[in-house]
Amino acid sequence: MKLTLHIWRQEQGASTGAMHTYALTDIPEDMSFLEMLDLLNEQLMKQGERVIEFDSDCREGICGQCGMMINGRAHGPLKHTTTCQLYMRSFKDGDTIYAEPFRAAAFPVVCDLKIDRSAFDRIIGAGGYVSVSTGQAPEANSIPYAHETAEAAFDAAACIGCGACVATCKNSSAALFTGAKITHMALLPQGQTETAARTQKMVAQMHKEHFGHCTNTEACEVECPQQISVLHIARMNYEYNKASLLHK
Amino acid sequence: MQQNTLPQKLWMSATGLFLCVFLVIHLLGNLQLLLPAADAKEQFNWYSRLLSGNIIIKVIAWVLYCSIIGHAVYALLLTLQSRRANGTRYVYDKRGASSKWYSRNMGLLGTIILIFLVIHFKDFWYRYKFTDLPLDARGQPDLYTVVVFAFAQWWYVLLYVVCMFAMGFHLLHGFFSAARTLGLYHPKFTRWVKVSGWLYTVVITGGFIIIPIYVYFTNS
Repeated sequence: MKLTLHIWRQEQGASTGAMHTYALTDIPEDMSFLEMLDLLNEQLMKQGERVIEFDSDCREGICGQCGMMINGRAHGPLKHTTTCQLYMRSFKDGDTIYAEPFRAAAFPVVCDLKIDRSAFDRIIGAGGYVSVSTGQAPEANSIPYAHETAEAAFDAAACIGCGACVATCKNSSAALFTGAKITHMALLPQGQTETAARTQKMVAQMHKEHFGHCTNTEACEVECPQQISVLHIARMNYEYNKASLLHK
Repeated sequence: MQQNTLPQKLWMSATGLFLCVFLVIHLLGNLQLLLPAADAKEQFNWYSRLLSGNIIIKVIAWVLYCSIIGHAVYALLLTLQSRRANGTRYVYDKRGASSKWYSRNMGLLGTIILIFLVIHFKDFWYRYKFTDLPLDARGQPDLYTVVVFAFAQWWYVLLYVVCMFAMGFHLLHGFFSAARTLGLYHPKFTRWVKVSGWLYTVVITGGFIIIPIYVYFTNS
């Protein structure tokens, strides 16, 4: 497979960058997108050029570390897929591919395709935890708790924090990420008691980090590798409205 | 510092839903234009005078003006905040593939509606409130003739229909989006709200489109 790549290059610490064009040949279609970038980096190293920096870790689609805009879509052309799980068979011989970092004011570019997503960590730090000691794990059947509710909490907890929701949102909103974290804890018995305070703190931090507002286009759910439901955003709004009315 | 947008979104929802309720009342009143000409004239002029002289309607009218202005102002503020949140633009952007076009263009659709409202207010509301309209046989200001004269012009009907389509797509997204902002998260009710939103949009948009077309063809 022969490809033309347009890749965003930005020096570390620089305020802006530009697209650079590279040509690659003999790309097997069973190679992953990140492996293809590894191959390009080997080529650049041999030429004495600076390699393209990008984030990756598990390369199994579960850690949320990788993520970039590929041909104008978060994580590439496939729905519900991380960048590392995108394979070259999704492209055709002779294709031109554009790769850019996820863009949002809250996600500054560190270098090339690598961004700083610590804004997400600060949202979690603002209240995405249970502050009281819950002790040792109790006997499983001692807490009366419906299986469906536990599954719903797990669904929300599946968010890997990759940032695709923000990148694909026309407003750069982090509502899906924050909503999933709030719902996850609001559904669990250990987290329920602090829901109001937690929601207010996390929503306040979300806006402090300069994320935009949610206009319910639902694009985030389409691109989310974990298929986190947009109804978690509605749940966040519900918890926020309730807390605004009732919480001291 | 970035403002908390959730309270602003709540105002958008509240004003938007009030405007949705108003549209139902407005359409019900306008449906009188579909009566036979003589009855329509008498009924519509009577209805117009009834509304203009009623203190409750006057209060609701002020809430309506504030809702329109508030909805537009908050939309503008939120759009400006989004621009700041977006940062650098994408060089190659195909994000549109993952959402419906009208959900991404609520601002554009809203602007078309706002321009339409200026024309609509100038041609009917302003003329009724601030000019001396001729009187009908019962001594009522003859708004019916003003409406019929306006809808006898094909370009005006076309403009009206295009603007109603813009309003329809705005409602289609706005109705369920408002429910989401208010916090309706249960999947069962969410499905009902989406279906209700579709029905509401079809009835309201269809109703407002039929009236000028009917008046045009029955008076040309």
